[in-house]
Amino acid sequence: MSKENVLRVSDITMQFGGVVAVDDLSLEVNKGEIIGLIGPNGAGKTTAFNVITGVYAPTNGAVELNGEIIVENCPQGKMKTLYKGKNNGKYKDVKVLTPDKITKLGVARTFQNIRLFKGMSVFENVLVAMHMNLESGVFGAAFRSGKAKAEETAMREEAMRLLKMFGLEKNKDDLATSLPYGKQRHLEIARALATKPKLLLLDEPAAGMNPQESAELMHLVEKIRDEFDLSVLMIEHHMQVVMGICERIYVLDYGALIAQGNPEEIQNNPRVIEAYLGVDE
Amino acid sequence: MTELTKRNKSILSVIVCAVFLAAVYIGDMLVPPTSGMRMLFTVLEKGSVYALVAVSMNLLNGFTGLFSLGQAGFMLIGAYIYAIFSIPTAMRDSVYQYFEGGLIKFSVTENLGNALGTVMGDFGVMLGEHIGMIFLMLCAGILTAGVAALIGLPVLRLKSDYLAIATLGFAEILRAFFQWKAAGPITNSSNLLRSYTTYETPLFPVIAAGLCIAFIVLLINSSYGRAFKAIRDDEIAAEAMGVNLFKHKQMSFIISSFFAGLGGALLAMFQSSVASTPFTSNMTYEILLIVVIGGIGSVTGSIIGAYLFVACSEWWLRGLDSGAFLGISAGFMRPGFRKVVFAVIIMCIVLFYSRGIMGNKEFSWEGLVGFFKRIFSGKKKTSEKNHKTNTDKEKEAR
Repeated sequence: MSKENVLRVSDITMQFGGVVAVDDLSLEVNKGEIIGLIGPNGAGKTTAFNVITGVYAPTNGAVELNGEIIVENCPQGKMKTLYKGKNNGKYKDVKVLTPDKITKLGVARTFQNIRLFKGMSVFENVLVAMHMNLESGVFGAAFRSGKAKAEETAMREEAMRLLKMFGLEKNKDDLATSLPYGKQRHLEIARALATKPKLLLLDEPAAGMNPQESAELMHLVEKIRDEFDLSVLMIEHHMQVVMGICERIYVLDYGALIAQGNPEEIQNNPRVIEAYLGVDE
Repeated sequence: MTELTKRNKSILSVIVCAVFLAAVYIGDMLVPPTSGMRMLFTVLEKGSVYALVAVSMNLLNGFTGLFSLGQAGFMLIGAYIYAIFSIPTAMRDSVYQYFEGGLIKFSVTENLGNALGTVMGDFGVMLGEHIGMIFLMLCAGILTAGVAALIGLPVLRLKSDYLAIATLGFAEILRAFFQWKAAGPITNSSNLLRSYTTYETPLFPVIAAGLCIAFIVLLINSSYGRAFKAIRDDEIAAEAMGVNLFKHKQMSFIISSFFAGLGGALLAMFQSSVASTPFTSNMTYEILLIVVIGGIGSVTGSIIGAYLFVACSEWWLRGLDSGAFLGISAGFMRPGFRKVVFAVIIMCIVLFYSRGIMGNKEFSWEGLVGFFKRIFSGKKKTSEKNHKTNTDKEKEAR
């Protein structure tokens, strides 16, 4: 493939005690792609996201971002005997970056159950996401040094631009949780974009939206991809959305990858139909 | 309704501060030492110290969401560092009478006072002493912050209640350490430290606490303050947005402890004698109480709460202990009854104002205008609306 690779997940297995939540998952996201990750409830999609963003250290496997390994682990301690997955021994290094470092490298995410900062305004929610790039120290920031002032102004302008793009500028000073549900989802995306990501992970962005809203969301995601020059990996249950915008789709069931391909291939794949609808007895 | 511009508001604030400080200064000169109104200044001094410590605790508990109960321990360090290094050399033998005059044989304030005194006379002595006092206060803060940084390493990996228990434990360990006999040549074990240099005018603690609180407010309104609030609201989301959890928790803990230490030094000056016994968890609870009464997450609330608390416990409710209160005298008003009444008041506040006096709002001139309008107009509904728009504007102003 000639396309530039952004994310490469290799042989990820995530085992909680004796339960294998993600089993030997490998996937790739190339530059500018919108990739779907689907599967029935409890298939391990969000766990996969949590591994990619560093919330969980995988039991085995590695994650690469732009060719740089950000997460790598192999079974350790009592997991050595408990481990049920494959590829044991393939990975030797242990390197698990914390979520904030991974975000700094260019992976931003939204959450399935919206996680906005409740006590803060819409504007502040977006500003927080830019804090990590702040160069001035505590004292500079507290005493409003020239540099800190300039940085703060730049942050505010950038945040305002993002809010405008999502039609949230009128709600700027409202408490984030006082927004209607759909707008909260938009705010989460705006907040994620404020970290200037190269890869955006969307966890069920269309959950709870009606067909018209999901259609709008599809356009929005495409617009974001083009305007911010990033790649998108999304978990979604709305098939209309997934089939409409995703170039490739990965299907998980019971933690394992059961199919991958373009929307048409997935729609006609018997194993996918089986996973979603059950087998004809 | 008259609109206040940002410029006018800051002018108004400066004027009010200046008038207040002038009033304190003149009042201090006019009121004779025997007058009952002297209590006002005691409340002002102790209230300022408590306000500073309460605000520093609020930075940690209310703005960063770290439920820490180590404040008294950190104040203890600050108070001791100030006292130990400012006892005049001549007094050391009598203060450290059980430890042969102690290990440390110099006094920062005295030495600086003498040094400048030879150059500039009496004014130099005073100037030198004050420079020494400020220097020692900063040292107290910095050393406390250093201890906090060490304690923070293990403790800040804990969450909620566990963090509270661990910090409470460390505070008690610190107290026990200062009472330890082997440390006696420095800390005077469990005996009093006294006769050290202290301030003469009530302006000193008011200004010192005011400057420190101003710094904390500036910090809270900066980008770092937003990061702290993000950690309070949702740790996982904050981390996913690139906020380094440990670094920011540690930062908040250290800054809070710095001001707790500085507050401890001020308290030492206020009391003019220090022993480690009062710095128990009881003191931490008092400060926590102030934070809760004022409103968790409101600096203004903590300040109001501190003055109210100190005024009640030191002054207004004193009569309850001595048998005569507001003209009523009764047999049940025995020493200790004050605490009963106090407990009832606190219960009422917690029941009916569960979010504290200020909630998580801050003082603003519009808010104050709206408040008085509500009182005088009596039209509850319209004025409530006004108040709401006021708070919105206040946010915009920020």
